Amino acid sequence: MTRYTSATEDDRAEMLAAIGVESAAELFAQIPEPLRLGRSLAIPDGLSEAEVFERLAALASRNADAESQVCFVGAGMYDHYVPAIVDAITQRSEFLTPYTPYQPEISQGGLQVMFEFQTAMSELTGLPVSNAGLYEGPSSVASAGYLAIGATKRRRFVVSRGVHPHSRETLATYSQGYGAEIVEVGLEGGLTDAAALAAAVDGETAAVFLQSPNFLGAVEDVEALGAAAKQHGALLIVACDPMTLGVLRPPGECGADIALGEGQPLGNRLDFGGPSFGFFCASEEQIRRMPGRIAGETEDVDGRRGFVLALQTREQHIRREKATNNICTAQALNALGAMVHLAWLGRHGFRELGELLVRRTAYARQRLAAVEGVELLHEAPVAREFAVRLDAPVAAVLEHCAERGIAAGYPLGHEYPEYEDGLLVAVTERRTRAQIDDLADAIGGAIAGHHAHGAFVAGTVEPAATRGSFSTDGVQKAPQAGGVA
Amino acid sequence: MSALTETPMQRERAKTIYEKSKPGRRAAVLPDAGVPERPLEELIPAHLLRSEPPRLPEIAEPEIVRHYNRLSRRNFDLDSGLYPLGSCTMKHNPRLNERVAALPGHARLHPAQDPKRAQGALELMWLLQQSLSEICGLPHVSLQPSAGSHGELAGLLLTRAYHADRGEERTRVLAPDTSHGTNPASVTMAGYEVVKVATDERGGVEMDDLRAKIAEDPDQIACLMLTNPNTLGLFDENIAEIASLIHEAGGTLYYDGANLNAVMGQSRPGDMGFDIVHLNLHKSFSQPHGGGGPGAGPIAVSDRIEPFLPRPQVVRRESDNGGGPSFDLEFDRPQSIGRLRGFQGNFGVFVRSYAYILSLGADGLAEASETAVLNANYLKARLAEGRAGERLPVAFERHCMHEFVLSGKSMKKELGLATLDLAKRLLDYGFHPPTVYFPLLVDEALMVEPTETETKESLDAFADAIEQILIEAESDPEIAKQAPYTTPVRRLDEVRATRRPVVRQPLGD
Repeated sequence: MTRYTSATEDDRAEMLAAIGVESAAELFAQIPEPLRLGRSLAIPDGLSEAEVFERLAALASRNADAESQVCFVGAGMYDHYVPAIVDAITQRSEFLTPYTPYQPEISQGGLQVMFEFQTAMSELTGLPVSNAGLYEGPSSVASAGYLAIGATKRRRFVVSRGVHPHSRETLATYSQGYGAEIVEVGLEGGLTDAAALAAAVDGETAAVFLQSPNFLGAVEDVEALGAAAKQHGALLIVACDPMTLGVLRPPGECGADIALGEGQPLGNRLDFGGPSFGFFCASEEQIRRMPGRIAGETEDVDGRRGFVLALQTREQHIRREKATNNICTAQALNALGAMVHLAWLGRHGFRELGELLVRRTAYARQRLAAVEGVELLHEAPVAREFAVRLDAPVAAVLEHCAERGIAAGYPLGHEYPEYEDGLLVAVTERRTRAQIDDLADAIGGAIAGHHAHGAFVAGTVEPAATRGSFSTDGVQKAPQAGGVA
Repeated sequence: MSALTETPMQRERAKTIYEKSKPGRRAAVLPDAGVPERPLEELIPAHLLRSEPPRLPEIAEPEIVRHYNRLSRRNFDLDSGLYPLGSCTMKHNPRLNERVAALPGHARLHPAQDPKRAQGALELMWLLQQSLSEICGLPHVSLQPSAGSHGELAGLLLTRAYHADRGEERTRVLAPDTSHGTNPASVTMAGYEVVKVATDERGGVEMDDLRAKIAEDPDQIACLMLTNPNTLGLFDENIAEIASLIHEAGGTLYYDGANLNAVMGQSRPGDMGFDIVHLNLHKSFSQPHGGGGPGAGPIAVSDRIEPFLPRPQVVRRESDNGGGPSFDLEFDRPQSIGRLRGFQGNFGVFVRSYAYILSLGADGLAEASETAVLNANYLKARLAEGRAGERLPVAFERHCMHEFVLSGKSMKKELGLATLDLAKRLLDYGFHPPTVYFPLLVDEALMVEPTETETKESLDAFADAIEQILIEAESDPEIAKQAPYTTPVRRLDEVRATRRPVVRQPLGD
């Protein structure tokens, strides 16, 4: 089926005549005959637009999304409210459909957005230099590793176990290529073990990798932990959640050489994991080693202010095998979404949102901790996510909650076998107090049910008759909710 | 020639959103916390808290909208006109795809959702894998890489794992001198040394040079990275022999899928002998480029590479009790190179690309490639006429595939016009210029890829514009050398932006 093409039979005939061939097949004669497919692909025939829509809508309807479930899952991506103007602006043809701004005279809009975005990320992280964006969070961590090797000529990374497991695994994958050894430092009470970290860092260490808040939600004392890196001339690389940077001390003020992370919480939807963007900020010293696009301010021949891709001599299309990285994309559209979201929140709204997250998270943590069979996995300070231990199989509790329309959190056991009973719970401005109360009730009910009826098999449905009473309208409070004003 | 009168856009000096900020303005109204307003210091120790909020702009919603709408008008985009950027496949971006990607079941699906509650998403990924596998002629697909360059890195790490599994450690990766810059950059990141292979007089791999580079030390050849059709837009007729030379030496053959738009449903990389292929879903499969991302760079591989694919892998499981199949994420892959990124990949891009494949179907994909090749050859024929034919000859005179490369060498010598000048003058004519100065082996190169979604009329108009610029240059080359005139800004000082980079807005209190 012809779709999105315009060549009529007459057009084709005229074009073939101008080329001087009888048929389009002649143009494909340069492909040796045995390598020509000679049949149709085994792919179904094309469908009408309405049919494609229905097909995709049917697939979408088989997913439990954050509209049909109350989502307390985080682990790096969060169900924030994306304001309507983000969609309106990112769907404009002028932002949606251009290529990378290689011709700056006709790309001033996109380039200026990059410049504004870089300024915003630099403000958030407290570091002077930002790039225009990378693929996403964990691969940004791996790119920082590549930078650290170039900067220090050393090949050993010391990595906190509080760094997102996907980031640690991605760093390990990349390290097979550029050749680096990884030393992992464990957690104590939810926080990076400071003594173990200090002992692991030495004159061979290229970089120390921390995350704050870490994967268990705990806010790390980056400055104190980073002292070991400073002492041995290793780079201090800090992954952070941009949504917390209105309230938490920025990595740049804590001695970080590089601050980076997953940008999804800013203006990007969940999208089952992507596309989003990674941000990457650094000290002035690292500017010529940075990966990715960077927009810079300059002037045109008439003295007008303008923007261009700066420092292109770092990049693959100029430097080829000597490039600082192979990346081309800046996830420009996703970074635009972030910039619009940040402008919409504004200086004070951004801080207020951070405060709101901290307070609601504190409420949720206290509320859950008061539930029979739930205890805090750690007591360290948290900002927007926290970890608990459950006195019942986590999978069964999650299933119980899911049947009540709640995605209760992220099970820790898969990536942290030492926390087989651990659950990570995230809060956004979309999660109301009533929903938090429902979550506490549902988890409490699941654990009580587990103990009342013996160990039920993970993933099976508890018989309806034994469920007891649960809030369905989001207003019923559990008796143990006391202590909250 | 002096500048023409200023356009309205030019009279408006660029002002950033920070310069429009004024204390006390705001857009967002947040919900009440609904929980006790405890002082933050009670919840988080003071020394871990930020003292001053970051200096984000203070601005009301109407002005945010105006600001970004105004900026959008300072961009040229595919929806405004021909964008024949070689190697970039600037084809139409169907709006249907945006609509289906925005369905809440896709857009608000958390990536850590339990697979049994994300069956629609996993099935979509599996179906896309099946389609891409068939298009590539290779049995296994990983959707994980985030872009073409990420796919390249994946392919090289797979190559390393494949050799390591055989107890070998090879050091050299071959790549033609016409290759994309990402190829050698990926090679270095993957810890290999790049070895350049020359191009022959027909634009293909120079076979003698290839044999010589292999013969230097066959046991060290890890891989050959190739684009086919190559960056000259030419199909390498010797591909079967190239494949057997590399395989005899024990190396893998990597296909840079940037140019797949020439061969969908016509010829398959797997049938050509390639072991690993990356695809750019933002090129051949219509994902909008977004001004520099997002995209996605899935890889398709042969059986011998499969054990090393990144994890997790989307798999289909047949039911053992007579029910329908189910879909899952498989983590237990002991030989896997591991993750390349967080979660499962750029799912939103997968939705758009799958919608595109559903829309076109088998014949539509083949027709798209055929029309892309027809359009490119037609435009090449048009540019072989008149002054363009004389001043901008095609670098390799044979039928091209989906793109072709012109050389501006004679234009520069005879008219004093560099390729850059022609490109900048095209901006005044309302066209995005072709890719310039690439591939490197062609002097003053212009690489033109019109794609299948352009009309004959737009191709004619582009050819006419080039002819006009050349006529104009015969009488006054300065016109093009000072161009552009009508754009929001004129030629910019790029050297300064690199020597003394200003990469953020200075902000006061």
